[in-house]
Amino acid sequence: MTRPTISRAHLVKWLVSSPPLLFLLLFFVAPGIIMVVASFRYPGEFGGLAALYSPTPNLPSGLTAEAYRFFFSDPIYAEIFVKSFAVALATTFICLLMAYPLALLMARSPKRQRDLMVLLVIMPFASNFLIRAYAWMIILGPQSALSRLTNDFLLLFHAGPVPLLFSPVAVLVGMVYVHLPFMILPLYTNLERHDPLLLDAAQDLGASAWQRFWRVTFPLSLPGIFAGSALVFIPALGVFAIPDILGGTHDMLIGNLIKEQFLGTRDWPFGSALSILLTVAALAWAGLAAGLARRWRHYA
Amino acid sequence: MALLELRNVTRRFGDFVAVDNVSLAIEAGEFFTLLGPSGSGKTTILRMIAGFDLPDAGQILLDGRDLADTPAENRPVHTVFQSYALFPHLSVADNVAFPLRMAHRPSEEIQRRTQQALQQVRLPGKAAAYPHQLSGGEKQRVALARGLINRPRLLLLDESLGALDAKLREEMQVELIGLQRELGITFVFVTHAQDEALALSHRIAVMNRGRVEQLDEPDKLYGFPRNRFVADFIGNINMLDAQVLENTHGHLQLGIDGLGEVLAPSMPGPMAGGHGLLALRPEQVRIVAGSEDIDLKNRFSGQVRELLYHGDVTIYTVALANGALFKALRPNSTPGRATFFEVGDAVTVAWRHDAGVFLHD
Repeated sequence: MTRPTISRAHLVKWLVSSPPLLFLLLFFVAPGIIMVVASFRYPGEFGGLAALYSPTPNLPSGLTAEAYRFFFSDPIYAEIFVKSFAVALATTFICLLMAYPLALLMARSPKRQRDLMVLLVIMPFASNFLIRAYAWMIILGPQSALSRLTNDFLLLFHAGPVPLLFSPVAVLVGMVYVHLPFMILPLYTNLERHDPLLLDAAQDLGASAWQRFWRVTFPLSLPGIFAGSALVFIPALGVFAIPDILGGTHDMLIGNLIKEQFLGTRDWPFGSALSILLTVAALAWAGLAAGLARRWRHYA
Repeated sequence: MALLELRNVTRRFGDFVAVDNVSLAIEAGEFFTLLGPSGSGKTTILRMIAGFDLPDAGQILLDGRDLADTPAENRPVHTVFQSYALFPHLSVADNVAFPLRMAHRPSEEIQRRTQQALQQVRLPGKAAAYPHQLSGGEKQRVALARGLINRPRLLLLDESLGALDAKLREEMQVELIGLQRELGITFVFVTHAQDEALALSHRIAVMNRGRVEQLDEPDKLYGFPRNRFVADFIGNINMLDAQVLENTHGHLQLGIDGLGEVLAPSMPGPMAGGHGLLALRPEQVRIVAGSEDIDLKNRFSGQVRELLYHGDVTIYTVALANGALFKALRPNSTPGRATFFEVGDAVTVAWRHDAGVFLHD
């Protein structure tokens, strides 16, 4: 029998990796290019895109940076961007604060309980995300027990009733609820791998419980924190269904704005430009986070 | 007063008694070893001294003070773990400085003492390296420096050399002895490797099933094991069932089933008619060709059954007339090519009348 040659190993590697590569090329890179091109075109007369070349000179045709100029012409769009980043950041931060203690508890539980808890965390995925968002409409709605309790409580302090639904709070609650598992799971995966002996060693060398957490557990969990934050932040940035359902009409985020351009205003070039700007901003953000994460890479 | 004292310490896990009424005292400056097979309770004792576990009964005293209410982080006791347990996210210098940081020492002092500690373990060039960039021996040294930097009253070493290969191990043993002598810190070493225990320790407690079988200096343990377990656990040994025929001032006369009479060093205790074991180290046994005459009274003929060539010595297993297998060691110290007996050769094994120990039943 002959040894498999290097080139055959290469061939196998390519055969195995080419279907996903082709898939990504076809359904991610190609639409991306289409979007970039679309963002530099004129909107069509009745929505969609104008022709690239038009024989009638009174109709706009060819390429233009008009969509980008429009974005920067009105500060409202930049404000929506900033607001979306703020909401995504807040979501990420609240998710982190809620997920960390839970993930730590899971990681330090006996094996059987651990598996059960992981199952419970991923259970919500069994039902549709929109159904769960609508469920929050009922929970936060004016007739709900939660709403009544809150307003009865506020009445004690002579404060007026507040609507829970269709408020920024409702959006944030929904965002945190939907994204929480994406923070818990990478954190748990990281924390579960920690060698408990390191905590023994730290204690042995004089570290109090507080010091053991901040000097050992926390720094070792940074890769998990970065992974979870990326998994929450990036989808949270583009979300439109949650603000649509729970935020009412005045709580517009980038996701809603983009959706609006394609389905409402039918200004495809502007929608495309917004998408490109969002992608660039998110990539810059991810690059920053990756740069930070690399500083901790040496013990991965 | 002893530095560390265990008083009637017992620790149970369910029905299993891991440590059974152990009392021992460790003196300041001592290199003390707990030696025993796995499950003998030595690691449980170590964990109780460190503060990771508490005795069910009995006391552990440091400088005469009971440690029961002192949590691990407040005990002046540090541990070097078998797998080193270096912090992977900290550099060598930060690992070594860890105990000082926890104690909130000023940064100038931390820097100076860290440098000094790294010099002590001959790693001054590795301060900025991370644990995963170090070899096994280097990791071992970092763990030692980290354990010693805060000048603990007691340094516990849990199978600490177990992960190193034979050559490095020997090097580290020499370094460990040097370091302990230089710093004067009391070391408590836990190991199942009897050769390591003999080489390093001032005193050794041999543990078995949660009890201390014998606590002695290495040469006493090796030369005068008190019972069958200790004799068997430490080094190679031949054991022959023997009956006491006579115990007079000069010697002990023993009868061995199927072989005959032998002489052994006299000891107080055994009475004529008593039973026991004659324990004899292979290096105390001479082996010569069957035809050769030898001027020793304790002498039996037999046949070579097996031989193991170790380079410096050859160990022969000889079948005696009563079927017992007897090990004899022959140094290959004569210049030129070593001469061997072959399997099947008729040989005579013999030993001096003052060699061996009688273990009374």
